[in-house]
Parts: sequence; structure tokens; C-alpha cells
Amino acid sequence: MTAITTGPGVVAAPGRRRRRRRRADHDGGVAERAGGLRRTPISFTLLVVLALFAILPVLVLVFNAFKSDTELATNPLGFPSTWELSNLATAWSLGRLGQGLRNSAVLVAGTVVGVWVCAGMAAYSLARLNVPFKRGISTYLLVCISLPAQMFLVPLFFLWTRLGLYDNLFGLVLIYVALNTPFATLLLETFLVGIPKELDEAARLDGANEWQVATKVMLPLARPGFLTAGLVVGLAVYGELFFAVIFMASPDNWPISAAFLQFQQGFTRLYGIQNAAGLVMVLPVIGLFLFMQRRFISGLASSGVKG
Amino acid sequence: MTARSIPATAGEARSRARGRSQRRGTVVALLFLSPALAVNLLVVGGPSISNLYYAFTDWTGFGPATFTGWDNAVRLAHDQAFWNALRHNAIYMAFFLSVPICMGLFGAFALSRIRRGAALFRVLFFIPYLIASVVNAAIWKNILDPQAGLAAALNQVGVHWLDDVYFFGDTRLALGSVMFVDNWHFWGFLVVLFLAAMTNIDNARYEAARIDGANAWQEFWHVTLPGIRPTLVFALTIISLWSLLAFDYAYALTGGGPAGASDLVSLLVNRTAFGANEAGYAAFMGLTMSALGGVLLVIIGLLRRKEDQS
Repeated sequence: MTAITTGPGVVAAPGRRRRRRRRADHDGGVAERAGGLRRTPISFTLLVVLALFAILPVLVLVFNAFKSDTELATNPLGFPSTWELSNLATAWSLGRLGQGLRNSAVLVAGTVVGVWVCAGMAAYSLARLNVPFKRGISTYLLVCISLPAQMFLVPLFFLWTRLGLYDNLFGLVLIYVALNTPFATLLLETFLVGIPKELDEAARLDGANEWQVATKVMLPLARPGFLTAGLVVGLAVYGELFFAVIFMASPDNWPISAAFLQFQQGFTRLYGIQNAAGLVMVLPVIGLFLFMQRRFISGLASSGVKG
Repeated sequence: MTARSIPATAGEARSRARGRSQRRGTVVALLFLSPALAVNLLVVGGPSISNLYYAFTDWTGFGPATFTGWDNAVRLAHDQAFWNALRHNAIYMAFFLSVPICMGLFGAFALSRIRRGAALFRVLFFIPYLIASVVNAAIWKNILDPQAGLAAALNQVGVHWLDDVYFFGDTRLALGSVMFVDNWHFWGFLVVLFLAAMTNIDNARYEAARIDGANAWQEFWHVTLPGIRPTLVFALTIISLWSLLAFDYAYALTGGGPAGASDLVSLLVNRTAFGANEAGYAAFMGLTMSALGGVLLVIIGLLRRKEDQS
């Protein structure tokens, strides 16, 4: 069960990371190489091809969101001649997108806060306190990370119906918190271990209790770690489909992913409004990503979560 | 060590006090762990353990479960739908252990060798990974629609190859198309993962290889690949485990159809438990998949041990 331990799930101490990152900014994320590199035109061409492969379909989404149906027929993929906004309005009113975004916001916020509390406290305990069976607990977390959801899905579903948590946003938040806490705990633990012990020991000598040490000393220092964990968890929850479609029955409770899927299947071949709805769903994430690129990338690279 | 016995020496008193504070420390530590453990036991731990029992019962999910021993196992062994779905999961795994890994390795290695623009390329490769699966599914349904998207665009230049090709509606193409779209969203993540690992390789090794007259291919093979081995193993591990769980793209693109041509076990478990009310049988399917996951982890562990010895 230790196959996962050697992954890049270990984040370097925050200070060191930042320095390396800043240096990386100058040369495009790659450290200087002595000897000069022959830039091979073949591999560069292939990189351009790969980049086009990755980004052109996304551009199709953006372009088609602003095309009228008549233009879609004559211009199925290209740049729109006029930017129509009517698709966005139609998608918004027909697709329950406002409701979906609201539900997703509740799910994301609830899950991120829940994971911060649960994983933060657990990570502090593992990093600084005298936990019995520390190795056993760490192993258990790894088992939870690699456990297929199908192992507990069926009993969980019927337990949730009995507890009245089925078709209930809070019930889904609980599930998401449980699923994301193990990974976030390990991530935050590596962060907290990197904080010099002298700082919290000084606070303890001054008579602070463990809760004060955790919230007043460690939490401010571990803020980057919490932000990274929050981004990874938030992104995973925002796009989550499997539990969302199984545990949310009524359309009023659908998160944006389920609402969008329902809309897309109800309006097949009406690509203008479909793409407009998709654009509405994607924009918050892309905006946040461009704003906090490096943190996103480092966080996701350390998570190994298959989206 | 009872707290009431009188300490014989100062040293013993000290160690006893230490023991007490140790105990108190343990209580505080467990208190800090308790929220995470409570949520975990409610959602993951408890249901996983009860799944071990329900897997051997006949149970609709509501009302009592009747213990039936190995009946579910016998039924599963003869269940064509299950073997069909499992075969697709195996194809999924084979595809994802090869195609995106190669794309990721190539992309990362090429990016690590260019001076300018690497950061931009990295962002472009990564964007599909950020987009939710349902939106990616909609994008590709539009592009691969035989009457719209790419087919219509080709028609305008007089090419009619794709006019009757139903990528998501043809039994021969559905699974491949689902894998293609899923990979389109995934491979950029591997580029970023591998690139992060490659930047940590000591440059002295590359210089040594270059002094020995190695070309780019040899550098990749003898310096880069060994240098990122832990990350590569990690990627192969998560892909193997995740392949047993693949759900989103098949669900959003084809729903497992047409006629089960792109069905996966996760979709089948979902339909069996909540569509057909066969919760006991679905629990056994879930147990089987988890056991397969365990077997995969053991195999990977053994392979790694063998590698380390050689």
C-alpha cells in the first residue's frame, strides 16, 4: 500500500519553493543549462502542434458561444463574424445556471472550509503533537486516498437516505470533505513540518495552549499550504460529477456540473447555447487559474488527483 | 505506573510527570485528529466495512438484507455485462498507461530544452485539465458531430470524410472516442507533473552525458528518465487505480452506449445499485473492483522492488 508514498506528494518548504519559482520565471520554468541548447526545429514544431491540439477546441467553445444558429451552419468552427450575446441570455434562463452556480458555490465553500478545519487540525496533530500510532494513521490516510469509491458507494448511499442527507447540499459537502481530507492532510503536514520548531516551542514556553499555537502561530505561517489545498479541493469539487449525479435528485439542488449536463442533453445540437452555458461554467475557473497560475500548477502537481 | 503511588526518587517523580504530560499530549493530539477521523469513519470507513457484509447478501438497499454467501460471486462470473465493462476498463488502463504518458514525457522533455516560451506552452497544455468534464464533453460532441463542427468545416473545402462518422454513436468508435476526449483533457497534467520533476535533475548529469557525446535521445533515455523515475511510478500508479474508477467522460459523452460499447464498471455499479435496486450485487461489484485495485498496488510494489534490486 505504499506505492503512493514516493510520489511528488511532498511539497518543499515554502521558502525554498518561492525562490526557485522566481528564478524559473526568467527562463520559462526551466533552470539554466550550461552548454547552450540546440533548439531542434522538429521538436519545437511538435510542441506547437500539441499546443494547438490542446487549445483549439477551447477556442471553439468560446467562438461558438457567440454565434447565431445561422452562422453556426455556415461557419462551424471559426471566428464569429458578429459576437451575439443572445446565447448567453438563453442559456442562463433555460439552463438553471444561476441556481447551479449558487449550489456549486455552496458546495465549494463548504467543502474547502470543512477540509481546512479537518485536515488542518489533523496535519497539526501529525506534525507537532504526540500522536499514538502515527505511522498507522499515515498509512490509513494513504489507503483512503487509493481506495476506489465503489468500495463504499452503495452502503453510503443507503446510509445517506436513512440519515436524511440524500439530495441535500450539506450531505454532499460531508462526502466531499471526507474524500478530500486525507490528501489535504498529507499536503499540509509536509508544510507544517517545514516550519521551524523554535517558533511554536517559544509560544508554548510563553504559556500558549495547543489551540493557540495552532491558530496563532502555525496557521499564519502555513497560509500558502492552505491556499494550495483549497484551490485543489475547490477545483475538484466544482467539476465533480460522479457523486453529484448520484446524490442529488432534485434539479433545485443540482450543482453546475449536473445542471449543465442535463441542459446539454436536453438541447442536443443547439451548439450555440450549449457552448454559451459551457463558457459560463468555465470562466470562473480559467479566471482564477490565470490569476494564480503557479500555485494551481504546484498544488495540482502535488495532488495527483485525476480530474 | 499509577499516579497514586509515592515516587521514591526525584528522578522517578520527574519521569512520572513526563509520563503524565505525555498522556495529556496524547489526548490533545487525538482531539485534534477527531474531526477528520469522525468524518472519514462516517463516509469512508464505516460504509467500506459494511460493504464487506452487504457484498454477500441479497439486498435492495431498503429493508433487510438476506445473507446469500457466494451467490453474488457466481452471478458476477456469468454476468456478460460485467465482463464487457471490465474489458473496457482494461482497455482504458492500457491506453492511459501508454498514450498520455508518452505525450507527457515528450512534451515535458521538449519544454525542458527550450529557452523561451516554455511557460506559455505549459499554460496552454494545462488549460484542458482545468475545464470540467461535462464542458469538455460538450466541446467534443460539437466538434465531432457529423452534421456540425469538424465535419461541416471539412465540407466547406469539399472533403466529405466525416459526414457519416458517428464518433459517439457507432459501436466500433464509441470507446475510442471517449478515451480520446478523456486523454485530451488529461495529458497536459502529465506534462506539468513531469516537467516539475525534470527541473529537479542535477545539471551536472546532463553535462557529463554531453561530454560523453550523448545526443538528445540518449540524454532523455539515460539521464531524464532515471531522474524522474519516482514521479513516473507515481503517475503510473494513480492512472492504474483511476482506470478502475473512470466514469465522467463515458457518462457525459455516451452514457456507456451504444449497446454497452463504451460501458465501464463504475457506470454499471451505478445502474445496478440505483437503477435496478440490486444493492447487494452492486456492493459485490464494488468489492471486486477494490480487490483489483489492491492487486494492482501489490503488482506495482513488487515490480518496484525488483527494479530496485537490479
